[in-house]
Amino acid sequence: MEKRVVFRSASLPYLLVLPQIAITLIFFIWPALQAISSSFYREDAFGLSRDFVWLQNFERLFADAAYLASMQTTAVFSLGVAALSMGVALVFATMADHVIRGATAYKTLLIWPYAVAPAVAGVLWLFMFAPTVGIVSFALGQIGIDWNIRTDGDDAMLLVIVAAAWKQISYNFLFFLAGLQSIPKSLIEAAAIDGAGPGKRFWTIVFPLLSPTTFFLLVINVVYAFFDTFGIIHSITDGGPGSPGATNILVFKVFSDGFIALNLGSSAAQSVILMAIVITLTVVQFRYIEKKVHY
Amino acid sequence: MASVDIDAVTKRYPGAGEDTIKGIDCTIEDGELLVMLGPSGCGKSTLLRMVAGLERITGGAVRIAGDVVNEREPKDRNIAMVFQNYALYPHMSVYGNMAYGLKIAGLPKAEIDARVQQAAELLQLDHLLERKPRQLSGGQRQRVAMGRAIVREPRVFLFDEPLSNLDAKLRTQMRVEIKRLQRRLGITSLYVTHDQVEAMTLGDRLMVMNAGMAEQIGAPLDIYSHPASLFVAGFIGSPAMNFLPGRVSDDATSVRIGHQTVVTDKARGQAGRPVTIGIRPEHFSLADTGNADRRVDLHVDLIEQLGADTVVYGQIDHAGDVVLARLPGVLTLTAGDTLPLTIDQGQLHLFDPETGKNLW
Amino acid sequence: MVENRPLYTWLSHAVLIAGVVLVFFPIYVALIASTHDLRTIQTANMGLLPGPHFWRNYSTAWTQGSDISGATPVWYMMLNSLVMALVITVLKIAISLLSAFAIVYFRFPFRMGFFWLIFITLMLPVEVRILPTYEVVARLGMLDSYAGLTIPLVASATATFLFRQFFMTVPDELAEAARIDGAGPLKFFRDMLLPLSMTNVAALFVILFIYGWNQYLWPLLITDDLETVVIGINRMLAVGDGQVNWPVVMATTIMAMIPPVFVVLLMQRWFVKGLIETEK
Repeated sequence: MEKRVVFRSASLPYLLVLPQIAITLIFFIWPALQAISSSFYREDAFGLSRDFVWLQNFERLFADAAYLASMQTTAVFSLGVAALSMGVALVFATMADHVIRGATAYKTLLIWPYAVAPAVAGVLWLFMFAPTVGIVSFALGQIGIDWNIRTDGDDAMLLVIVAAAWKQISYNFLFFLAGLQSIPKSLIEAAAIDGAGPGKRFWTIVFPLLSPTTFFLLVINVVYAFFDTFGIIHSITDGGPGSPGATNILVFKVFSDGFIALNLGSSAAQSVILMAIVITLTVVQFRYIEKKVHY
Repeated sequence: MASVDIDAVTKRYPGAGEDTIKGIDCTIEDGELLVMLGPSGCGKSTLLRMVAGLERITGGAVRIAGDVVNEREPKDRNIAMVFQNYALYPHMSVYGNMAYGLKIAGLPKAEIDARVQQAAELLQLDHLLERKPRQLSGGQRQRVAMGRAIVREPRVFLFDEPLSNLDAKLRTQMRVEIKRLQRRLGITSLYVTHDQVEAMTLGDRLMVMNAGMAEQIGAPLDIYSHPASLFVAGFIGSPAMNFLPGRVSDDATSVRIGHQTVVTDKARGQAGRPVTIGIRPEHFSLADTGNADRRVDLHVDLIEQLGADTVVYGQIDHAGDVVLARLPGVLTLTAGDTLPLTIDQGQLHLFDPETGKNLW
Repeated sequence: MVENRPLYTWLSHAVLIAGVVLVFFPIYVALIASTHDLRTIQTANMGLLPGPHFWRNYSTAWTQGSDISGATPVWYMMLNSLVMALVITVLKIAISLLSAFAIVYFRFPFRMGFFWLIFITLMLPVEVRILPTYEVVARLGMLDSYAGLTIPLVASATATFLFRQFFMTVPDELAEAARIDGAGPLKFFRDMLLPLSMTNVAALFVILFIYGWNQYLWPLLITDDLETVVIGINRMLAVGDGQVNWPVVMATTIMAMIPPVFVVLLMQRWFVKGLIETEK
């Protein structure tokens, strides 16, 4: 689709896009190219020498147990976050779509966690589950469950998943609610006349019609878990406990290998892999949006 | 006050294989209202937009008051335009909409006020000046669009299907208002429409367009009674003209439709050739005994009673083509009847079946 | 709803109320913790009722930060956060409006090239190319400055797409009418597009303000003195589990949440609309 109306000017359009393009080139394209090029080099930690090593950085990564473990951790983490936050949000949205009175109030009460910074969300949940001071871990201890995120990797993983999912519920809730509200009421009524009860209606009519929203949210949630949860991991577990870290997701590893271990070539190679993942996810998302799965 | 010359104007869109406008010549006299009529896609809006300066002119020239304006910006052409969807600025009041162009032109505030006030009174909008477009009815919006055109005091008005978004009743009413206003202001106007009733009633002259060409330019009644081509004949008039295949007799005094013969002096000089015969439904009348040489028999299939008229659907000589006849008054007929009709011979048209041109 | 089943309605309300409680619980705990003293909290049984030290904890945080000497006061960190969030928001909206305007309303060589260049930024979140971006900013001498903090974050494909999409829905006739009225491109932009885009601007303002306020990794690396409040909280925690001054940390946490939550609730209507439209 193109505009019929076009203003004519030789220089004005370039001036208009200049700020955006300049920033994109300097802060996006240049670093990305830099990452690609340094992923082919090995540099010592003091930056004194630099050797061209072809794909060795990548080969090493895929041979590195810690990196493979991080990939697995990321997969568990992102699927956990997506499943938990989408499941809970769908339940809430279905209920909110059902109640007529108070739906707006519930919406208001449920959307604000969107505004909480991931790092702050991490602190909130850390405080409840911190060993020694956390009131929830204390309460769990009273009933005989020893919950310690500093020593038990599963406990730590569970907590970061819950914290990350908590923050994402509002987003998923808004989209599910919008999706539910866009389903024509006549369809539900037709199903009811055909004799389908509420449960049957949900699984045979509502859920299939919601599948575009669900798929879209799945991609969004995976992207969120991959890239936007750095603050949560950093504040709750710092990638730990243990070695390789039980919550050391890929984005966290790029940071810690690059800035803490100063392993520049490896960090660059990891960046390149992450870029490939984002590009894949974005393409999938856009493909889908263009097609807009509809029944 | 100005005339508009459209001189061999063509338009080709970049990348298109052929011209959208294939060379049109027309002069619109000072104070005249020319209606450009045609089916959608015929290029009428494109031509109007080239006069407005919203589309580039590929070839030829547009002159307003004698000056070639091809390269002038719309604002420098001294024109005003009323759009199909009115294109009112949704965030501005009625006053703001009418005043915007004058403000840009740098007119003093008092002058702007005066002009807007005057236009608003003329259009009975003076009590609505503070309203936003969304608070107005369709007819009121239309009048604001007119007002925005009037305050510019242009030399030429351009109307792009200005009434097609209104319901039938309002359309009739606004049609009368536009006509009255245009007469009163005496501003040269180009008016695009696909509605032939609008065209017939509004225009001093019509330009009937088809596929990027002007098929015929002339006064509405001239076009009605002397359509230059099959296309024009079929496009003007409702219900549409009947077309039947026929052949001119060897002595060139009559045409044959199937087994029936109709005498006509329009066949002169066309001896023996095949023709397409055109006859409007309203130009049949019930046959009396006197003029047997212009008589045809219609085999009735269906009738529609309109009260004032009766429309009869049928076939002449079972030739296959459905023929409509519109006869005054109420007729009592049933399917299967044979109805003898007389053709008003001055209103019989013969077209070349190959080129579609009127042969007379 | 089709059937009127009171039981189902009650169940829905019950689930939703439980949900709201669950979502609020972490905040409530933080709020309670911010009213106790450290000793009560360290025993892990502060309970769920407010304590008497609300004022002391909040004023300590506001004026001194954590009570370790040399800490940054929260008012200063909040100010930094505010400046960062506002600069990012305003600049992002401004440059996106301009580039969307150019791409939709002009035809010029490399137009689609620019479009794709902007599109690519969508695929490169800062977390992914963190090290090279840091190097670029360091090379430009922008470390620990507002410029370094904000400018690398202001290119926004999302906002550009939203405005582009919106501009596409503005009827062509509006621009034509404006042209006939004598408005050039910049006048048209200022008098027509900008006022008409206000709803979208409001929606984006909320989304981008939150994005800016909540930035973490980037300020963590770039800033030293220019601590934002989100960073500040985590620096307060980075002293080892035993020494964390939890009441002050929790007071800071509550204060750090107030501006973005306030913005969301205040502009809820535009926010929800904008959120759902940006992702279309």
